[in-house]
Amino acid sequence: MTNEPVISAQDLSLTFETNDGPVHALKNINLDISKGEFVSFIGPSGCGKTTFLRVMADLEKPTGGQITINGVSPEAARNARAYGYVFQAAGLYPWRTIGGNIRLPLEIMGYSKSDQAKRVQDVLKLVELSDFEKKFPWQLSGGMQQRASIARALAFDADILLMDEPFGALDEIVRDHLNEQLLDLWRRTNKTIGFVTHSIPEAVYLSTKIVVMSPRPGRISDVIDSPLPADRPLEIRDTPEFIEIAQRVREGLRAGHGPE
Amino acid sequence: MTLVILALFIWLAAWFLNVYLANTSASDSRWMKLLVPAIFGFTILIVWELVVRGLKVPLVILPPPSLIAETFLAKLPILWKDFVQTFVKGALSGYFIGCTAAVALAVLVERFDFLRRGLLPVGNFVAALPIIGTAPILVMWFGFDWHSKAAVVVVMVFFPMLVNTVAGLGETTAMQRDLMKTYGADPWQAFIKLRLPAAMPFIFNGLKISTTLALIGAIVAEFFGSPTLGMGFRISASIGQLALDMVWAEIVVAALAGSAFYGAVSIIEKGVTFWHPSQRG
Amino acid sequence: MRCSVFPVIAVICGLMAMWYIAVVPMNIKMALTDAERSGMVVTPSGAKERRDRSAILLVAQNPFAIKATFSLERPRLPAPHQVAIELWNSTVNKKITSKRSLIFHGWITLSATLLGFAIGTGLGTLLAVGIVYSRAMDMSVMPWAIASQTIPILAIAPMIIVVLNSIGVQGLLPKAIISAYLSFFPVVVGMVKGLRSPDHMQLDLLKTYSANSSQGFWKLRLPSSMPYLFASLKIGIAASLVGAIVGELPTGAVRGLGARLLSGSYYGQTIQIWSALLGAAFLAAALVAIIGLAQRITLKRMGMA
Repeated sequence: MTNEPVISAQDLSLTFETNDGPVHALKNINLDISKGEFVSFIGPSGCGKTTFLRVMADLEKPTGGQITINGVSPEAARNARAYGYVFQAAGLYPWRTIGGNIRLPLEIMGYSKSDQAKRVQDVLKLVELSDFEKKFPWQLSGGMQQRASIARALAFDADILLMDEPFGALDEIVRDHLNEQLLDLWRRTNKTIGFVTHSIPEAVYLSTKIVVMSPRPGRISDVIDSPLPADRPLEIRDTPEFIEIAQRVREGLRAGHGPE
Repeated sequence: MTLVILALFIWLAAWFLNVYLANTSASDSRWMKLLVPAIFGFTILIVWELVVRGLKVPLVILPPPSLIAETFLAKLPILWKDFVQTFVKGALSGYFIGCTAAVALAVLVERFDFLRRGLLPVGNFVAALPIIGTAPILVMWFGFDWHSKAAVVVVMVFFPMLVNTVAGLGETTAMQRDLMKTYGADPWQAFIKLRLPAAMPFIFNGLKISTTLALIGAIVAEFFGSPTLGMGFRISASIGQLALDMVWAEIVVAALAGSAFYGAVSIIEKGVTFWHPSQRG
Repeated sequence: MRCSVFPVIAVICGLMAMWYIAVVPMNIKMALTDAERSGMVVTPSGAKERRDRSAILLVAQNPFAIKATFSLERPRLPAPHQVAIELWNSTVNKKITSKRSLIFHGWITLSATLLGFAIGTGLGTLLAVGIVYSRAMDMSVMPWAIASQTIPILAIAPMIIVVLNSIGVQGLLPKAIISAYLSFFPVVVGMVKGLRSPDHMQLDLLKTYSANSSQGFWKLRLPSSMPYLFASLKIGIAASLVGAIVGELPTGAVRGLGARLLSGSYYGQTIQIWSALLGAAFLAAALVAIIGLAQRITLKRMGMA
């Protein structure tokens, strides 16, 4: 197994032309993400974290620099169905059952019917929604819908999972529970995860690597490799090591924000 | 005169009954929701009957409901033939052709943004025009028989249907479209699995509006020329003969046909768009 | 908005081009009959032989007649310029009081439309207020209001005209009554939706101020209903216009746009039909645009644009 980075950005830039002049959403981003890492992107609004994720997903095209996913361009990676994407909102189709929603990418990608059925069941078990296969999205709570959305991203064979503030709209108690589940999922499936968040404790709790970004122009102000062990109960959030990393993240954010 | 006083009395009594029923705790139940308007409608019929008979209103002005019912039953064969000519041949065929063509064009328009930006304002504009005015032209082109009526219906339902379908196909959010992109879905897959189901509520809104337009178009188009058959023809001919009871009988047929058509489409809508908040109540 | 102007113009030009092209096959048979009558050689000769031939084939075989298809007196499909000329002649070139002026006829139809629209909107709003504030009225009338939209009311327009004529009500009023009826129900349904549009939070706030029904109506419900009102007004005015036009059909009226449509269709004056139709279309567009303008101004002043 080579140590080739799964995601590699070199001098990546993205500039939007707006009526008020050019907006540097991303400027000279350099980052390598190895296989099996859990990388969080954290920063204030406008720092480019979501934009970066979208560039990885080929939902935006960079205006400068290079980025490769699995060694190929983002577009090729997208066509090869190399990643699953989870949005801020569950975005489940109300006219399909939960099972039907999870089948959606499988139908598009051409998996056989029997394969589809098995994968749906497996992935629903992973997120503990096995009893809800035949229910409709509006019959589920917000947290459950988001779990279904994650299940949908896990159903097909993609080694990479890109998540854009998936738990942002949920209350803290549900969020804690989902954080635990996500870590558990990550340990069992060994996927490479890119995770955008606004919450410092969430970033520190989940990641092996924390990328602190700052706005105007969007750039990386700090990359922190987390020394915390892979096996983390929620209580680890009260340990001094955790707090120390969180401090470092906070400082990185403040520095990036400038003397405002 | 006594009949008129009786009518007034019944009207007041029914009104108070309805006020009472509407303010009881049972007023939210399903059968109460049917009972109150039924009482209202029934009362109107009774008051109509009594006032017309009591004031001895001439038949050429307003016949009483009992006479209309009599004519309706007596002239059923003619009414049926008119119904087939106007509704089945004219309105229904025009409805299917017009709605299918509109949906097909909408799908095409949705694919090409340039077409959409150009066609939609034009379509909105045309949908607001008195389309019924094209009836004489279409009669001239397609002849007196039901084909010209179907053509009028096609023109009448086309634009509302087009506007609604295009609006529906645009109902998807950027997020849903992005999700399709992350699956590497080709445009056809994205259309069948996302855009089309999402557009259904709007498409059915257009289909329901079009049911009314179809019937109106077919009937009024017959005012501009028709063989001696058809609801519009019968209405204008009966007016000429001052046989207003026949006119009202045709109106009853039109009302029944209109509501049944609308109701049928609504039932299909409930089945297809069961997931939409408006259907979940 | 800027980027929509070019596509719209492109689409309109495309439609115009298609119209011009369509004129040729539509009129070719008549043009060839005229040509034959004035002594020219037509392939194939004899109107009977040409009747069942395809129009495209006839055009290919007789290209000399193409020019003539654009200037027939009673064409099956008038060319755009023919309609434009007729429109110009019957509006600008005629005295407004002349019986042949399209403006005169337009005014006849417009006056019935406006009167009916005013009546329909006024009564409709009153009924809507009644429905929102009285549960009995809501339960008894609202289902009928909704159901009546599925009934082709327009079909009984002629009858109403005749009945009212026979009791001496003639001219403007019967048509206005039809227009009123057609605009009535959209306004009722729209206003009811609008008056009910404030959410619970807003209504609760007024309750904490101990506001009575009348204050609630004028300060909250009525302003909230403005967007819905304007949407209904647009539908209502278009429906009123159609009502006024159809109202002119039955009694063989001689004045008004509907009457022009009818007489044009009786006497085979196609260009007259088209110009009357376009006149009605411009009228409808203008009326809806005026309401749209009123909507924009009002909603902007209310911060709801």
